[in-house]
This record gives sequence, C-alpha cells and structure tokens, in this order.
Amino acid sequence: MSAVLEVRGLSARIAGQQVVEDVAFDVAAQGVTALLGRNGVGKSSTIKALLGILERTGEVVFDGTRIDRMLTHRIVQRGIAYVPEDREVFGSLTVAENLRLAERDGTHRDAVARLFPELDERAAQQAGTLSGGQQQMVSLARALMNDNRLLLVDEPTKGLAPRIVGDVTRALRDAAERTPMLLVEQNLQVVRDLAHTVVVLSGGRVVHTGPAAEFLDSPLVHRHLGVAGAEEAA
Amino acid sequence: MSTLLLLLITGVGLGALYFLVASGLSLIYGLMGVLNFAHGSFLTLAGFLGWEVGRRVGDGTWGGLLAGMLVGLVVGALVAAVTELVFIRRLYQRHIEQVLVTVGLGLATVALFEGIWGTDPIRIAKPAWLGGTTDVLGASVPNDRWLLIGAAAVVLGLIVLFLRATPYGLVIRAGVENRTMVTALGIDVRRAFTVVFAIGGAAAGLGGVLASVYYGQVSAHQGTSLLIYAFIVTVIGGLGSLAGAAVASVLVAVIQQLANFYLGGTGDLAVVLALAAVLLVRPRGLLGKAAAR
Ligand SMILES: Nc1ncnc2c1ncn2[C@@H]1O[C@H](COP(=O)(O)OP(=O)(O)OP(=O)(O)O)[C@@H](O)[C@H]1O
Ligand SMILES: [Mg+2]
Repeated sequence: MSAVLEVRGLSARIAGQQVVEDVAFDVAAQGVTALLGRNGVGKSSTIKALLGILERTGEVVFDGTRIDRMLTHRIVQRGIAYVPEDREVFGSLTVAENLRLAERDGTHRDAVARLFPELDERAAQQAGTLSGGQQQMVSLARALMNDNRLLLVDEPTKGLAPRIVGDVTRALRDAAERTPMLLVEQNLQVVRDLAHTVVVLSGGRVVHTGPAAEFLDSPLVHRHLGVAGAEEAA
Repeated sequence: MSTLLLLLITGVGLGALYFLVASGLSLIYGLMGVLNFAHGSFLTLAGFLGWEVGRRVGDGTWGGLLAGMLVGLVVGALVAAVTELVFIRRLYQRHIEQVLVTVGLGLATVALFEGIWGTDPIRIAKPAWLGGTTDVLGASVPNDRWLLIGAAAVVLGLIVLFLRATPYGLVIRAGVENRTMVTALGIDVRRAFTVVFAIGGAAAGLGGVLASVYYGQVSAHQGTSLLIYAFIVTVIGGLGSLAGAAVASVLVAVIQQLANFYLGGTGDLAVVLALAAVLLVRPRGLLGKAAAR
C-alpha cells in the first residue's frame, strides 16, 4: 500500500532529553495505522515532532513534500489535522468559538454536527465546563469538520466511559473511510477494530512494524506493551 | 470627606494612565510570553510626536490636543507593530533573547530621545479647561482627570469589543490560553502577535500624550517611569488578564495617592508593599490564570 506520510530518522528532544530517537515508519494512504507502545515511550512526542510542535530533526515527507522544516500552522494548512492527547479545548471559549476557530474549509461541518448533536445544544457553553467526553467531542469535531488529507489522533478514548468509547470509535471509523489516520491508542480493542497496521515504539525507537491483527494475536503484544497486553486477554 | 473623595477620583485618574500602559503589556505577555521593556519608549515617542504635531495645529487648544492624541495612537500602533515585526518576530519562542532585545531598545531609544529633544523636561500648554477644577461634593477635582478616565474607559471598551467580536480577537483569546494549539489548528498566531503589539502600542501612545497633559510636560524619561508602575500593575492584576490590569491600575493608583497623603509621602513604598503582598498571597495576581503555553 502506498504511504501518505513517510518518516525517516526522526528525532526530537525535550529539555535536552532525547524522547524520539531515529524513528522511521510509514502511514498508509488508506485506513488506520496505529502507533503503539508503553506509557512514556514517546508516542505523543512523535506526533508533536511530525507537526513541528516539538523541535525535530530528520525527514518527514507528506504527499511528496518535505514538511520537516515547516512551521506547525503551515503543516496543518496542508491538510493534517491533530487531535491532541489531552483534548486541549480552549476552556475559556464557548463550544461554538472552539469550532469556529478550527474551521479551515468546514467541508464536513454538517456531518460533524449530526455526529455530535450535543455540541449544537451546548454551543454557548464554555468548553472548560464540559465533561471529559464532551470535550473530546469538541476536540474531534475541530479536526473532522475540515477536508483533511491526514489525521493525527492521540489517545482519543483515554478516560472515557465505555459507551462514549463506542461513539468515538464509530466516529473515527467513519473519518478513516475517507482520510488516512495515524492513531495512538492504549485500548487494544479499539486498535483491533480500526487499525490495519501497527508501528510499535519502545524507548523512543520503532521496535516492530506489521499487520495489526497478527501483532495483536502474537506474544509480541505482551513483550512490547506489557500491562496493556493483559487488557487484551480480558 | 472631600479630601478622601478628591484622592479617590485623582487616584482613578492616575490609574487610568497606568491602565493605558499596562493593558498592552498584559496582552502582549498573555499571548506571547514577552515582557516588553520597550513599551515605555512607544509611550515616550508618541508623547513627543503628539506634542510636536499638537502645538503646530494649535498650542494649548482642544484641536491641538485632539490632533496630538490621534498622532499618539497612530505612532504608538505603528512603532509597536514594527518593533514586533523587525525585532521580536525573529526571536520567535526565544523568550530570554526577546526580553534582552526589548530592554536594549528601551535604553537606546531613551538616549535617542534625549539626543533629539534634550535631557530636560519640556513644559507644555494644554486647553484652559483642563487646568481648572470641577467641584464634586466639595472636592475640587482637576479636570484633566476626567479626560484620563474617559479615555481609558473608551480604550478598555474598544479592546474588550475587539477581543469579543472579531476573528482576531478570537485568535488572541485562544492564544492567551494555549498558543501551541492555535497553531495546531492551522492558524498563524504570529499575525495575532503583530495585532496585539499594535493595539498595546496604540493604547500606550495615547497614554503618552495624556501623560504629558497630566504632568504638564514631556520628557525622554516619561515612559520609563510609567513603565515601572505599569509592570507592577500587570503583575498585581495577573499577567495576561485585561480585567486584572484594569482593576489593579485603579487599586495601585488609589493606594499610592492615599499613602502619599495620609502616610507622609510613602506612596511608592505602599505600592511595592502591595505588590509583595499579592505575590505572597496570590502569586499569579488578582485575576491571573495559569501561565500560557
Ligand atoms: N514537557 C516535558 N518535559 C520533560 N519531559 C517530558 C515532557 N513531555 C514528555 N516528556 C518525556 O518524554 C517522554 C515521552 O513522552 P510522551 O508523552 O511522548 O510519551 P507517550 O508515549 O505519549 O506516553 P503516554 O502513553 O503516557 O501518553 C517521557 O519519558 C516523558 O516523561
Ligand atoms: Mg502520549
């Protein structure tokens, strides 16, 4: 399968400490590629490095164009949307303002409104006063309302109630049908539902790449994900 | 009673002046994390140029003063925007260097102003009414205080309107909260930086012209001395909070006036003590939020 994003020799540091080290992988041009690994291995940092939120070195090619020296807003304008790990909604802004700020082309605004009708009802509410699940809806809506060419989604189900995990999974599957996605996700059932390929990190490096189902059924899942692998058995 | 009233109204007038300087400082810090030590120079330059234009239009007349205020607004906005584009922009996210550059600019421009307009303060003429007083319940309030209070109220109203009702305002409010996430939505937050510098510069520029009315003189050091109070106001109000800057401006000026009158000229000491007290009890300031990212 062809790649929409090619990452080669990507490294990034935070406060002098190497958190992403010579990472190389592809994000397929279709469907969901999952980025996995234990807590603190550098998954979020890898995504931030791709977006230029963290200073980085190495080569990142998006749809044939080098983006590794571009500023974050330019990268996003090329059609890469980001759903950050901790939602990062603007708490002092209303739901409507959060969405308005995120609107680049707004192609899928109505579809997103149908997907999360609650956001319409709460348009005038300060986003900081929303529940965690509602904030995640805002964060997803900000990304999904535009016509993107790649989605970078960091732990979208973290801390959500099981029913909402289902909603979010459906929304992501929907989005992945038209837009390729790099997904960081600890819930391996969600990974199994969505991803066709996994890239596994350990200590800031890629230690495994391959088909998702094969990885999830192999002993590697316990070796590389440890505790998370036990969840899979349950 | 009338003395207290006089001190309160005068204090609010002085607070209005502090606010014109502090509002920009606070917005700039809130959005960009830059402590702009060049802010006083925007004020001083606007004060001089406003006076130069104003006295040619009509020395000591309302027409001259209005022309001066307009020049102050424009000069302040332009100089601030250019400062951001030329000096600050290159040092994007390098906060120490940004501070060093603004400190350097502040020092260099004061020397430049001294070279052009001399080291001594220049007395200026103002419309006769501004030199008079108005009786309020027995207190004779100097009329220039009304001008200061009115101007600061209008500026506060306009900035709030700008922040609430315009697309740039939305970007600025979001950026004060989480600058990184604004860029991650594909928005060039640096354009908002220039806008915020321009707005802050315009307010400071108007403040420069009104400061010359308040003190009856223009001088190369006007901006520097006001900047110190404006920084104190900004810290007490909470860095990045416009409402905090408004409240703290009045608070600091009133404390200063009261202490000067009732406690034998200890106004500056009282202000510093108030600063220390706020920092001890509430380090983020009265209305400050957690530091911007
Ligand atoms: N702001 C920071 N300052 C210092 N170290 C940091 C900072 N952010 C992340 N790190 C460190 O960088 C490493 C990678 O962090 P990162 O958030 O990328 O991990 P992760 O794989 O996303 O973890 P998790 O599964 O818990 O989200 C960790 O060791 C973390 O402690
Ligand atoms: Mg993470």
